[in-house]
Amino acid sequence: MGSGRPVVELEAVTKSFGATKAVDQVSLEIQDGEFFSLLGPSGCGKTTTLRLIAGFEIPDAGGGEIRISGVRVNEKRPYDRGVGMVFQSYALFPHLDVGRNVGFGLRQRGTPEPEIAGRVGRALELVRLDPATYSRRRPAELSGGQRQRVALARALVLEPKILLLDEPLGALDLKLRKAMQLELKALNRTLGITFVYVTHDQEEALTMSDRIAVMDLARVAQLGTPADIYENPRTAFVASFIGESNLLEGRAAATVNGLVDVLGDGFRYQVRPDHPVAMGRAIKIAIRPEWMDLVEPGAVPPGENGLPGTVDEVIYLGETIHVIVALDIGSKVKVALRNEGQLIKPLPWVRGSRVAAAWLPEDAQVLEDDR
Amino acid sequence: MTLRRRVLGWFSRRPGAAATALLSPGVTWLLVFFVVPIALMLVYSTMRRGLYGGVVPGFTMENYRRFFDPLYLGILRRTVVWSVGCTVACLVIGYPVAYVIARATRWRQLLLLLVVLPFWTSFLVRTFAMIFLLRDSGLINGLLLRIGLIDQPIPLLYTPFAVMLGLVYGFLPLMILPIYASLEKLDDTLLEAAEVLGASPRARFFQVVFPLSLPGVAAGCLLTFIPALGSFLTSDLLGGAKQVMVGNLIQNQFTVARNWPFGSAAAFVVMGLVVGAVFGYLRRRDVEALTR
Repeated sequence: MGSGRPVVELEAVTKSFGATKAVDQVSLEIQDGEFFSLLGPSGCGKTTTLRLIAGFEIPDAGGGEIRISGVRVNEKRPYDRGVGMVFQSYALFPHLDVGRNVGFGLRQRGTPEPEIAGRVGRALELVRLDPATYSRRRPAELSGGQRQRVALARALVLEPKILLLDEPLGALDLKLRKAMQLELKALNRTLGITFVYVTHDQEEALTMSDRIAVMDLARVAQLGTPADIYENPRTAFVASFIGESNLLEGRAAATVNGLVDVLGDGFRYQVRPDHPVAMGRAIKIAIRPEWMDLVEPGAVPPGENGLPGTVDEVIYLGETIHVIVALDIGSKVKVALRNEGQLIKPLPWVRGSRVAAAWLPEDAQVLEDDR
Repeated sequence: MTLRRRVLGWFSRRPGAAATALLSPGVTWLLVFFVVPIALMLVYSTMRRGLYGGVVPGFTMENYRRFFDPLYLGILRRTVVWSVGCTVACLVIGYPVAYVIARATRWRQLLLLLVVLPFWTSFLVRTFAMIFLLRDSGLINGLLLRIGLIDQPIPLLYTPFAVMLGLVYGFLPLMILPIYASLEKLDDTLLEAAEVLGASPRARFFQVVFPLSLPGVAAGCLLTFIPALGSFLTSDLLGGAKQVMVGNLIQNQFTVARNWPFGSAAAFVVMGLVVGAVFGYLRRRDVEALTR
């Protein structure tokens, strides 16, 4: 984890391509040794942000400042920034064998050949490729996973302070991805190198990251630890992009002891917001499916919110069971229930059953406007 | 309709027959207009010349022996040297052009059009245009005389320089296009990867771009060298009678000298050279295939 000293700082960084802003006033600090993810859908500006840190893109004139280890690097070329990069397409040199690919950077620096051989071997061992077996192979003779390891070794051999990874696992199959995720996390921990990781896969970001910047429409929508982001989504975008959320609307009516009464057309529920809510204003809340429960209509436990509805669908997923409920107020919610064994203790509800979706006021998150 | 269906049905049950049917026009064409003439030439090259042209039966290696006379070997050597020189010149001039076109975004189509534009005009017409450019009263000498740089026209036409100029001019597009094709599909992230690994612009070119464009370079060299080796029009028109290439020699044997057997033998020697060059190239391609 970070030692408190930011190694990468972005201050109000803006980058435009023509008339479109790919990155708009982005500010963030990445701590030394941290595993930091830039997460978002395609076109949200995460890759451009990474390329700005790498030095492949330069911020607009007057478009903020990028600092690495406290030094302004806006005008510095990639190599002078002390960063390593792993590309989504691996970008291995097809005409060079594995050993020469990994040694490429060392050779540019004029490192003596005997030293290159030793360091290339150690780098390959670091990514768990046997140097004796793989050094002489060409990239075309390797599997996708092996190529990714070579790309990683090629960046790590130069001992960069910061490693930038642009969706490096995007082309791998699910099982290999999961294994590589844990390996990358372990490398980050043992080498003490700061990892800046771009991904559109929220599960991947949650698995590996110390902190995540969720990006949307060229801005950082939310920045925090995986738990912050998942349990405390600030906007509807974050709530639905990271995991699943049931969104409900209403109008804040009154506050009693931190509990806010929310009224709508024929319904009423309570929330316990962690930030001030203006009375009389429309609000939106998010509730995770696993934090909702299903009870008999009229049997909502005291202190909980409950909205009646009809079971629309029951989806068996093994570990959990998802029940889609069409609420009487018109919207649908998804409730995730732990599977306690359908053969032993089956769910009492089927399609068409009357139920109430219930949740505790503190389990709902009051959302801010997206902008 | 039913006939069509029956024919198609017959072929669909016999995939071999379908392939034969599809290939036969091309194979027939090549057989009649390529294999047969070559076989005829091979036979002619071992015969004697008739008194009034044509051939008389009888086997002899005399025509081949005659080709290895210093006079003809000199012509062959000059041809090879010029063809190599033309290829090298095309490579040196054409590579940067191909590189610029491959990197261009907005003007790429226009630039490609300009490269192939000369093909829309007959090679003969373009070579005559070169004459107007190079002759003593031509554009270049006229200009130099007018601005007073020279007071006598420089002899440009009917020199080895003129022939080389014509060859390079004629074959340059054949060098540019294959190199362009290999540079165009070069992945830009490779250059970014090299840059972040500390490669200077020079190192990026010589260690990444150029090695990866070698298949295009090889194809371009082959496409330039082979026609240069067999060219006769350029040396005839721009070199005058003085700068004879093997192509002129062969053409001359078949037309003016009416010595078909010797012309055939000379053609076979040149063909042997070309086949050798192609095989050398193909072996290279095998190596390339391994690297990809």
